[in-house]
This record gives sequence, structure tokens and C-alpha cells, in this order.
Amino acid sequence: MLQIKNLHAGIEDKGILKGIDLEVKAGEVHAIMGPNGSGKSTLSSVIAGKEEYEVTEGEIFLNGENIDELGPEERAHAGVFLSFQYPVEIPGVSVTNFVKTAINETRKAKGLEEMPASEMLKKIREKAELLEIDRKFLSRSLNEGFSGGEKKRNEIFQMAMLEPKLAILDETDSGLDIDALRIVANGVNKLRNKDNAVIVITHYQRLLDYIVPDFVHVLHNGKIVKSGTKELALELEEKGYDWIKQEATI
Amino acid sequence: MSKYTEEELQKELETKEYEYGFYTDIESETFPKGLNEDIIRAISKKKNEPEWMTEWRIDAFKIWSEMEEPEWANVHYEKPNFQNISYYSAPKKADPNKTLDDVDPELLEMYKKLGISIDEQKKLQGIAIDIVVDSVSVATTFKKTLAEKGIIFCPISEAIQEHPELVKKYLGTVVPKKDNFYAALNSAVFTDGSFCYIPKGVRCPMELSTYFRINQAGTGQFERTLVIADEESYVSYLEGCTAPSRDENQLHAAVVELIALDDAEIKYSTVQNWYPGNAEGKGGVYNFVTKRGLCETNSKISWTQVETGSAVTWKYPSCVLKGNNSVGEFYSIAVTNNFQQADTGTKMIHLGKNTKSTIISKGISAGRSQNSYRGLVQIAAKAENARNFSQCDSLLMGNKCGAHTFPYIEAKNKTAQVEHEATTSKIGEDQIFYCNQRGIDTEKAIALIVNGFSKDVLNKLPMEFAVEAQKLLEISLEGSVG
Repeated sequence: MLQIKNLHAGIEDKGILKGIDLEVKAGEVHAIMGPNGSGKSTLSSVIAGKEEYEVTEGEIFLNGENIDELGPEERAHAGVFLSFQYPVEIPGVSVTNFVKTAINETRKAKGLEEMPASEMLKKIREKAELLEIDRKFLSRSLNEGFSGGEKKRNEIFQMAMLEPKLAILDETDSGLDIDALRIVANGVNKLRNKDNAVIVITHYQRLLDYIVPDFVHVLHNGKIVKSGTKELALELEEKGYDWIKQEATI
Repeated sequence: MSKYTEEELQKELETKEYEYGFYTDIESETFPKGLNEDIIRAISKKKNEPEWMTEWRIDAFKIWSEMEEPEWANVHYEKPNFQNISYYSAPKKADPNKTLDDVDPELLEMYKKLGISIDEQKKLQGIAIDIVVDSVSVATTFKKTLAEKGIIFCPISEAIQEHPELVKKYLGTVVPKKDNFYAALNSAVFTDGSFCYIPKGVRCPMELSTYFRINQAGTGQFERTLVIADEESYVSYLEGCTAPSRDENQLHAAVVELIALDDAEIKYSTVQNWYPGNAEGKGGVYNFVTKRGLCETNSKISWTQVETGSAVTWKYPSCVLKGNNSVGEFYSIAVTNNFQQADTGTKMIHLGKNTKSTIISKGISAGRSQNSYRGLVQIAAKAENARNFSQCDSLLMGNKCGAHTFPYIEAKNKTAQVEHEATTSKIGEDQIFYCNQRGIDTEKAIALIVNGFSKDVLNKLPMEFAVEAQKLLEISLEGSVG
């Protein structure tokens, strides 16, 4: 699904990612953990194709194809979805209108007709139910005045609607209370199948109790310094990141 | 790689082309350039006007001659040379009294390009249309259907001859000749425009519409619109405008007067798309317009405007809330791009008791344009319990444009409640990236954001117009046309 080889990237001459190697196969869940400033969010932005980051070295492959030259919307059309840590507000554009536009633009890019209204409605109902989203919520302006939990739930709702191949959840657990966390995690679990993959970026192990990863990677100073299974996350929770930092400097 | 940066957005916005910039080669009769009493008499004669009208014009000309062009607006332009404009130009073969078959085929072709088919309009229920090209009204549809209800909808030149009592009674009562420089000029030289009268208790069954077009070079357009809604009547009126692309600046100085008698309601919507000039700021229409409505007891006037065209706009559709319990509304979207300048807003003059006004203004600036909101809310001493709510939002694209807000509030009565809210925001790269990440390309993302920003006002437009307006916003701000 996703292959990252020796990825170096940064912003305005400042190197942030310093040689990332990662392979994510279909059906897998990978967790990327690490202390603040280790490059977690940069990695997700670079995979999604955010322009302000410059890739100086290395390659990213999606389903065997190099996506370095693709713009963010083309990567989205190819099945990359990023659940934003800080979702942006778009006043006057309802959640429904936004999702509808996203789906139809993606279909257009693939040479498909717009999704019939009845099908769209059915899908919206189904996915809203899955994430316990109130109908009224769908008519509100995108992210405007949303609570932290509502914003994150809205991200996962969009993910459910767009059915991506690769979903990257960037700090989806931040700002969520325990009930919201459970609903969101539940939603993600229901959306998982053998054909898609999930990368969970998180600071804490909490979310991983609900979305159980196949692999855990620790990012430090722009590099993956340790990889393991879900037990690694528990170890980090117990011991903190300091021992990793020390290990990395040796 | 479809990279997106501020500069690229800038570039993309500047490549917009004006869709209505064609010129139709119609045989026209155009007066020599220049302005004096003889020209005014000649216009009046051409229009076959009664003596009182000629004198009214001459009086206005005298007033105008003593006035100076205002400079207080936040716009900069080379002042028009009023002696270098032709004040009358008419397509030769147009005669409103003839049937459609007699109309110049070139003229019909032009309507087609503008997306107006008179044939279709005839069949289409719901909109009656009056078309003004250069100085004269060339076609009014649905006249008969309206006449059955006692509604008069015709070119103002016709109204002067056939309904002089109404014209005499109301013309210049809301916008007096001496009101301002351009209004005085218009009063002297106006050549055509629409007239509309809705009788007592009648609800106009369709949208009335006027389409203005400047076609001839070196001419100005000075149309005059007068809408009278008698007691307990209702009318919704639409106005659209385009002009060919020309290197020179063309002057458009219109006056619109609305009169809402007791318990009447007038809804007046404008989609203004005059030629804005090219990407270097050359050419374009100077749009200096005076629009004002008078509200008697329990009446309501609602202005809605979508302003995307013109090189310079100077326009303040206003309401004089004279009657008790009367209501004034102003909903505006003003888009400026490249070197366009707009100074637009409204005046809400509260004279009666319990009068209410609402102002929603949305300004969108791109390129190197300057977009100003200027508004006055005035509460007179006797206007007990007057209320106003104003909201002015500005949206900026790129770093070279400007948005300005000049709200004036004068309250002379302690019971007044006046609220003013203002916001300024910028289309951010993070918003664009968010949309991109969901599969929406940059162009579509801008359209989505702009439409969302303008939604409160777009919702106020009649359905048929809302779709057109939405499209126009996209065209005005994007690199390619649909």
C-alpha cells in the first residue's frame, strides 16, 4: 500500500524528517508515536502532499506508484485521507455540502458521474449513524464553532464517506473525552478491512487501547528509532520517551 | 505538480476574462459628444417629451453645472471629461412599439450571447423583462399579462408620455435633482430606463426585470428607474448589467427611485457585471449610481446586490424609513479583482417610530483591488424605538488587495438600538490544503469558500438570479470559465 524510502523533508531549509523508511501493507494498522517536535505531523503532511514542505531526498510510493509529483487533491483521489489534528473552519459551507463536493470532485477526477442524490443521502444517513452524529450537525458550517470532539468526529465522518485506501489519523485523540474517543475509535474499527490501511499518529497510548495497532514505530528527531508491536506502546506509556532518546543518541 | 502558493493564487485570479466583452455591430444613431442645453433639448425632443419634462431636465443641468464632482469616496480614478461623452446612442432599428419580428437580427444575436432569449422569456412564466441597450429600451415582454392586473411596466420614456401624472408626481421625490453630482447629471440627460407601477393591493405575479447593456463606444449610459408600489402591493424587481470590453472608461450614472406606499413591499435585486477593465487596470466602466427608496407606514424595501463588475463603483442603495414600523434591508456582495475599486454600502435613515433596518455586507477583494464598505445609520430625534443591525464581513485573497469599512452611526434618539459587527478574514493556505486533501482542487475550493462566505446574501436573491450570481462569483474569481 504505502512505501516510504529514505524520506528527507523540511520547511524553509530546516530539515525535519531525516531519513524515514516505512512500509504499510493493506489490512494493517500502524501507530507512529513520539515526543513533541519529533516530526509526526510533518510526516502526515508530507504524505498528504502539503506544499509548504519540501522533499529533499527519498521517495513515497502508493500502491507501487511514486506519488512525489502528485498534488494533494490527486493524492486524495488516489485514496489518501488525512484526519487533521486541527481541522479548519469554512464558514457558510455545511458539512453535507462539503462532503458532497469532496465525493463528487473525486468521482469527477475518475471520470465518473456525480453520485445520485438518493445514494448520497443513504450513505450520509448510514455513516452518520455509525458515528452517532446528529442530523442537525450535518447542516452546520464546517467546523465553525465545533467542540474539539465534534471536529474529530467530523473528520472520521468524512473518512467514512470517502472510503480511503490509506487513512492517516493525526492526533485524532487530542481533545476527545473518553466517550467521544470510544465512538471515534469504534467508527475507525468498523471501517477497517483487508483492503485499506490506517496510520495512527499519537502522543499517548490511550487511543491504541481502542484501535489496536499491528505495528508501533517511535519517531525521534525525524527518524524512526524503534519499531515493534503493540507492547512497545505500553512500554512507552510506562517509561516515557526519555529512554528512547538516550538509546537513540548512543 | 499543482502547487499552490499565495503568488499562484494571485496569478490564477488575474487570468479571469470578461465573458460579455463582445461588441455587436448594430447600426446606431449617436449624438455628437458634449453636454450643453442644446444637447439636452435634443434628447428631450428625440424622446418626444412634453414641455415640463424638458424644463425639468434643463433645471437639473443648471444645478449640475454648479456642482463639483465628489472626492470623498475611497476610490482613485481619472475624472471623466463630461464634454467627451456622447449622451445619446440608440440602436437604429429598435422601436419598442414594433413586434419582435421587426427587431434588428444583430440585436437579437446580442441578446442570445447575453443569455437572454426574448422568445424564451415570452414563454417562461415568472419574469417580465425590459432591455435597455445604450440609451433606449428595446424590448419589454409580458406587458399584456401585467396590464390585466393593472400593473404598468414599460420604458420610462413611454411612461412620461402615457402616464405623466404618475411620473410627475414621483420623479425626483426620493432622489432630488440636487441630491448629488451624478444624480443631477442623470436628471439632466437620462435617456431611458424602466418604469413600474403596482396598483393598490396587487401582488405582482412575476419577477420584473431590466437588463442594461452599454454597446456603443464613447457613450455613457444614464438610465433612470422609477418603481412605485401602491398601498398593500408587492413587487420583486431584478436588474442585470453588462458592457463590451473597451480600453477607454465608460460612464454609467444611473438613478433608481423606489416608492413603497403604506403596507407595500419592494424587493430590488441587482447583479452588476459591467466590464471591470483588463488585468492591467485599463478600461472598464465607471459605475456612479444613486439608488434610494422611500418607505411609508408599515412598508418594506429590500435591496440585494451582487456587484462583480465595473472599474470603479460608487453606489449606496439606501432606504428612507419615513413611515412608522417601516423596514429597510440591504444585502450586498461586492467582488473586486485586479485593479477594480468599489466604494459601496448603504444609508438607512430612520425617521418613523419602530423602524427597523438590517445591513449585511460581504466584500471580497482579490488582485490589487480596493473594496470599501461605507454605511450610514441615522436615527432621527422622533424615531422612537428604531433598531438597526449591521454586519460587514470582508474576505481577502492574496496580499496586495485592500478591504476597508467606514460605518457611520448618528443616533439622536435615546431609545435607538444599533448593532454593528465586522469581520475580516483571508482565504488561507490551510483552508485550501484542507479542501485539496479531500479531493477538491484549488479553483473549486475558492469557489466553495467564497460561496460559503456569501451565503447569507445569496439566499436573499430570487432563485433564478441566485444561480446566475453564484456562477458570476466563480467566474469573477477564478482562472477559467466553467
